[in-house]
Amino acid sequence: MPHRPHTAVIEVGSAGELGRHVTRLLADGHRLALIAAHHDTAQHRGGQAIRIVYLFVAGQPDRRVELVLRADPAKPHIPSLAALSFPASRFEREMRDLFGVEPDNHPLPRQLVRHPHWPQDWHPMRLDAGTRPPLTGAEAFPFLTVDGNGVYEIPVGPVHAGLIEPGHFRFSVVGETILKMKARLWYVHKGTEKLFEGKHFADGVALAERISGDTAVGHSLAYCLAIEEALNIDVPPQARRIRAMLLELERLHNHIADIGALCNDVAYGIAHAHTQRIRETLLRINKTVTGHRLLRGAIRPGGAHLLNTPDLMQISSTAQDLAEIVEIALGHTVVRERFTGTAVLTRQQAADVGVLGYVAKASGLAYDARTAHPFTNLGETLSIPTFTEGDVLARFRIRAAEAQNSAAIIRQLAPTITPGHHHTETGDVNGHDGDIRCGTGIAEGWRGTITHRAEVGSDGRLSRVKIVDPSFLNWPALPVALTETIVPDFPLANKSFNLSYAGNDL
Amino acid sequence: MSAWIAAAGQALLIALLAPIVTGVTRAVRARLEGRAGGRIAQPWRDIRKLLRKPPTSPEGAGVFFSAAPVVLMSTSLLIAATVPFVSTAGIAGSADLIVVVGLLLLGTVALALAGLDTGTAFGGMGSSREMTIAALVEPTLLLAVFALSTRVGTTNLGVIVAAGASDPAAVFTPASLLAFAALAIATLAETARIPVDNPSTHLELTMVHEAMILEYSGRDLALVEWASAMRLAILLGLLANLFAPWGVATGTTWTAVVIAAAVLTVKMCGLATLLAAAEVYAAKLRLFRVPELLAGSFAMALLAVLTSYILA
Repeated sequence: MPHRPHTAVIEVGSAGELGRHVTRLLADGHRLALIAAHHDTAQHRGGQAIRIVYLFVAGQPDRRVELVLRADPAKPHIPSLAALSFPASRFEREMRDLFGVEPDNHPLPRQLVRHPHWPQDWHPMRLDAGTRPPLTGAEAFPFLTVDGNGVYEIPVGPVHAGLIEPGHFRFSVVGETILKMKARLWYVHKGTEKLFEGKHFADGVALAERISGDTAVGHSLAYCLAIEEALNIDVPPQARRIRAMLLELERLHNHIADIGALCNDVAYGIAHAHTQRIRETLLRINKTVTGHRLLRGAIRPGGAHLLNTPDLMQISSTAQDLAEIVEIALGHTVVRERFTGTAVLTRQQAADVGVLGYVAKASGLAYDARTAHPFTNLGETLSIPTFTEGDVLARFRIRAAEAQNSAAIIRQLAPTITPGHHHTETGDVNGHDGDIRCGTGIAEGWRGTITHRAEVGSDGRLSRVKIVDPSFLNWPALPVALTETIVPDFPLANKSFNLSYAGNDL
Repeated sequence: MSAWIAAAGQALLIALLAPIVTGVTRAVRARLEGRAGGRIAQPWRDIRKLLRKPPTSPEGAGVFFSAAPVVLMSTSLLIAATVPFVSTAGIAGSADLIVVVGLLLLGTVALALAGLDTGTAFGGMGSSREMTIAALVEPTLLLAVFALSTRVGTTNLGVIVAAGASDPAAVFTPASLLAFAALAIATLAETARIPVDNPSTHLELTMVHEAMILEYSGRDLALVEWASAMRLAILLGLLANLFAPWGVATGTTWTAVVIAAAVLTVKMCGLATLLAAAEVYAAKLRLFRVPELLAGSFAMALLAVLTSYILA
């Protein structure tokens, strides 16, 4: 059984100390998994404060370090880490909007999450935020205007022709070549993190499953891992294997849908039609396995629950079908030509932006939570594919390879699983009065590494859950990859990233 | 039968048949992809539905926007009336090749101007792409049929088709084979089919034809859709009659005309099936590769003209 990771907690007092720690951790191979702010009351052990937790993680072996910085809740200021880490600069802007924490010397201290209709000084995650005040008139959004001979702008969205989530894209174009693309997202703020507050930890699962509809397993698993670490709950090995299998079932049906959608975007409809057929088969398998087509309801804190094991014959034939479709699609010269060299994200760019999942793997970064932060041992069956090209073709092939690997993992795990409840009793988990117990959960969802950090009060109620979907870290890479791409290739590039709007804008 | 009535009848036939031809391409494509798909008459139902709805027009759009559907429809009707689809007699004698290509171009330009007139980014984007394509397609259309006209020494389509109908074997020459290939590619580009455009996409940024007509609605959209279907039917009918001229009536007797109309229907639906089948195997080219394809078709058309002189 993989060892339970120990999280080192370091309280930092000064800006200089924080910078030194971060520099050392980043040089030591850690990545910034999240920055979470907490508005602590006077009853909290550390006293009244805006408490900022910087979680750094590294894999093989699993290492987790938390740096804790306290700011004055009346006028919170923190030193900006933007010069050290690009993801940090995004988390800081998020905190600035939701908690009113001002990052000093931030290079771009602009709204990120904050809806333009919210009053300027309203920070919904603060304890004193109250209910939402009336919406104000929309403030202007500062798009950078590109000047020059023949440069024009194409605004697209936020409402699109297809059934996709809302996002506004502003292209500055000369001819058909994209000079600059600015994505304006953040139309779907639901207050998800706020909704977790005060819920009993067992009730949080349903919400976690709905953070991003296509990632029910990934998010509920990360959530449960965080809860289990916080409450020191041991999960039976059988349940761990069930969770690993469900994670792969989710990866399989999403990757297959993406493979078809990428083909459809180059008008190769026949591949799309057949991937839809395969996906439907998989969704029906999901229904027999968990009772829900999108695999909801199977994972809970302390264990997992399975109705049936998947039909391995069907899984195998699905994998074969998929391999055939991929082979036909990549054997098509026009399809291959459209994918090759389109929207390249170089390894350096990928590392600088801090991308995760298939986007990172397509650019040569092999980070994967299943090896870096394992909760069960998948042995030799698990393989992490990487490509170095960083183009649409590479992202397509990563999906194809991962889907095949998922099928292999399901075939390996299913015979070791018996359906039913596999559960450690979580009844007696109440702590001492005033005790806040925290834990982090890291899981490799189909889009990439998902991180949750939960804090549970002594009564088993959640005082704070911080969620990071890989989309939050991957979105900034899309405009970077679009340099020198032409406008009619944007939908293809966008689909090859296929980032979640709901998971990004919680 | 009066030549004018015959011409009006032919225009009516093409107008009625065109949505069915589009329906056939969709149905065949769906079946070949393993989908159920819609019925063959679905495009007709869509047009009927749209015709009952009042159109809207974007703020600031001018006369080009409101005129384009009418211009597109009337040019399509005019071509449908004059080109020798059913009979080479009657007013088909006045169907000059250059006039027909000119009328097609008039419709294209009207729609492109309408796209610009909307003042939206998509309209302008679609128009710019459409004109790039049109500039390469129209010369190919002209040249490809020139290759056939050298045989009879005139650009009159009636005479060219009549010559083919009287001696179908003479149509199969290396020149006409090249001309057919060139015309087929030009047809795909002119009617916004794969691999040049994707008629069924929802992705605004990849559109060509659809981007120009995004702002149309109601009756105006019905006219644009209908006329676009007619242009596809016209070009398929032209391909059929130029390269497989069997069954075209040379007189205007009732029986000959009815038989010719039936043969035309079969030929058009056959070509539509072929088109759909080809589309299943095709994917859309990168926009910057489209000129290469069209330049290739132009080169084939040019070779067809040269061959028709050298081997004639």
